Amino acid sequence: MPATSRIRRRHPGGRVMRREGSPFQGLGTVAVKELADHLSSARMLVLEWLIVLTALAALYGAIDSLRQNTAEDPFLLLRLFTVDRAPLPSFVAILGFLIPLMAIGLGFDAINGEHNRRTLSRVLAQPIYRDALLMGKFLAGLATLAISLAALWLLVIGLGLVFLGVPPGGEEIARSLAFLVIAIFYAGVWLALAMLLSIVFRSPATAALVALGVWLFLTVLWPMLAPALAQAIAPPDPRYAALGLQTPETAIWAQTLARLSPNHLFGEAMLAVLSPTTRSLGPVFLEQLRGAVMGAPLPFGQSLLIAWPQTVGLIAGTIVLFVAGYVVFQRQEIRA
Amino acid sequence: MSEADSQVGTKADDFVIVARYLTKRYGEACAVDGINFDIARGEVFGLLGPNGAGKTTTILMMLGLTDISSGKVGVLGYDPARAPLQVKRRVGYLPDSVGFYDNLTADENLAYTAKLMGLSRTERARRIAAALARVGLSDVAGRRVATFSRGMRQRLGLAEIIVKQAEIAILDEPTSGLDPQATLEFLGLIGELKAEGVTVLLSSHMLDQVQRVCNRVALFQAGRIVLMGAVADLARQVLGAGFVVEVEADGPGLARRLATIAGVTNVETLAEDRFRMTADRDVRPDAARAVVAANGSLRRLSVDEPSLEAIYARYFQDQAAPSRGARHAA
Repeated sequence: MPATSRIRRRHPGGRVMRREGSPFQGLGTVAVKELADHLSSARMLVLEWLIVLTALAALYGAIDSLRQNTAEDPFLLLRLFTVDRAPLPSFVAILGFLIPLMAIGLGFDAINGEHNRRTLSRVLAQPIYRDALLMGKFLAGLATLAISLAALWLLVIGLGLVFLGVPPGGEEIARSLAFLVIAIFYAGVWLALAMLLSIVFRSPATAALVALGVWLFLTVLWPMLAPALAQAIAPPDPRYAALGLQTPETAIWAQTLARLSPNHLFGEAMLAVLSPTTRSLGPVFLEQLRGAVMGAPLPFGQSLLIAWPQTVGLIAGTIVLFVAGYVVFQRQEIRA
Repeated sequence: MSEADSQVGTKADDFVIVARYLTKRYGEACAVDGINFDIARGEVFGLLGPNGAGKTTTILMMLGLTDISSGKVGVLGYDPARAPLQVKRRVGYLPDSVGFYDNLTADENLAYTAKLMGLSRTERARRIAAALARVGLSDVAGRRVATFSRGMRQRLGLAEIIVKQAEIAILDEPTSGLDPQATLEFLGLIGELKAEGVTVLLSSHMLDQVQRVCNRVALFQAGRIVLMGAVADLARQVLGAGFVVEVEADGPGLARRLATIAGVTNVETLAEDRFRMTADRDVRPDAARAVVAANGSLRRLSVDEPSLEAIYARYFQDQAAPSRGARHAA
């Protein structure tokens, strides 16, 4: 938030004035302390193990099925992320489900926890602005998530090397790095949401419950609700139905609505980045595919272009939620 | 922004806190209603009053931790709404029932806030060790705060103010919930701060303690300061007379002689040789002189200091009965 240094307050006299000093003073101190807290906390340990174990199970399934039919796939390593074997979903699908849980776990008591421990007023009585505290906590949470995801990423690459015995190519590494970056932003959305709720609700239990409610709604209910809503908004045309096709309008509505969920955005971006043959994330007319070599992989840059809007959506979501929390926190009474 | 621009005009340099028509409104409700006060350097100033009277809100406004609705307050010449960092660099704050990070040691807790104060590593280590020694927590510096008693936490909070080398220490209910021994120790530490020239603002409803350490007090009620001044002055204002002197002596016509001393408003004869005088000043020397002049033998001469508790009780009693209250209107 570089703009915060220019925040203006209106004085009772009506004069607009600037506040003195840097909003970033103390930012590093807060971030380092919070990072140390996160990395050593029991909560973090539990979440890490939950993710690692589930992800390993998914990977095991993927490795097993990949070994049995080692096709001439130029992107064998990427298949590790996306291949699923019933009843386990793919590694990416599991992450899409569990990253929010981890982010919520790190953020749901960020501010109200300080309130309840009665440390907030003591810390804010030091020569720092509230900006530093909030930003420091957010950055520390994001860094924790980034460290965990990077460790997980290394684990996948390592396991791929050991079990598949195929050295990954440069493009595979690049694509899987893109996966890592997008996953961190995806975690950022949920971390910002959890922190916003920790500011709004005084009780960490309420904040956690609301955050988990939103998480379940967006990951479980919304994928079912979006098509239903789309059909209500744009009823399917019977002529398309007779041909066994989706009505374009309905399909577009369904997709637009589904994209309101960060989960869907993450899923689409992953599809584009990790499955190089993905050419489009929305419905396309056959005519638009004229001249396309079906099944041929796109260059990395083109795949990134396809995933770019989704990635921007995730970044924007993070920023919007963080700013909302920031605005509420600036005006909040800090007395216990 | 220039330094001078952020200064609030203080009447004299020796006032470190100057509040003028300071007001805080929450919607319709007025938490602090146009209060005025000046606090001199090196003074111990007590904020008294029932819960919800606006003491903590006043403190938070002085620290720039809550917005001021109208009026202004200057702390060490700075406006906390505009230059909060300057204020917070110089003012130490011990909140009501202060909290620490339980998973960190006393040392680490102080190190965190010392880092936020912007102290260098060596300076930090030096000041923290010295502060912990002063509040008597050196032995437990490496222990997690989770194991600390309430008294230890309060002392740790005071250590933080010492680490900051604050010019003003604001202590919100520092002794509530402490056992008598811990309270005594804490009041001793406040006395040490005062001796070093630190201005101390003490909010409390433990009246006898406030009386013991404060130079002046302000009594808050429903967001206003209804009484302010030294305890003796308040006693005169509210109780009518400030001093009750008991004399145990014999001598002819002593009661009459005692009654003629200037400033004595009433003499009660408790027993043949015991008298209780009510006066607006400490009349012990005059009483002794009177006994000697009457050729009596003086056995005991004691003074009941006017108690803040009595002032407090009487003030609110008068509020409840307005007809009597008019007599003592502040």
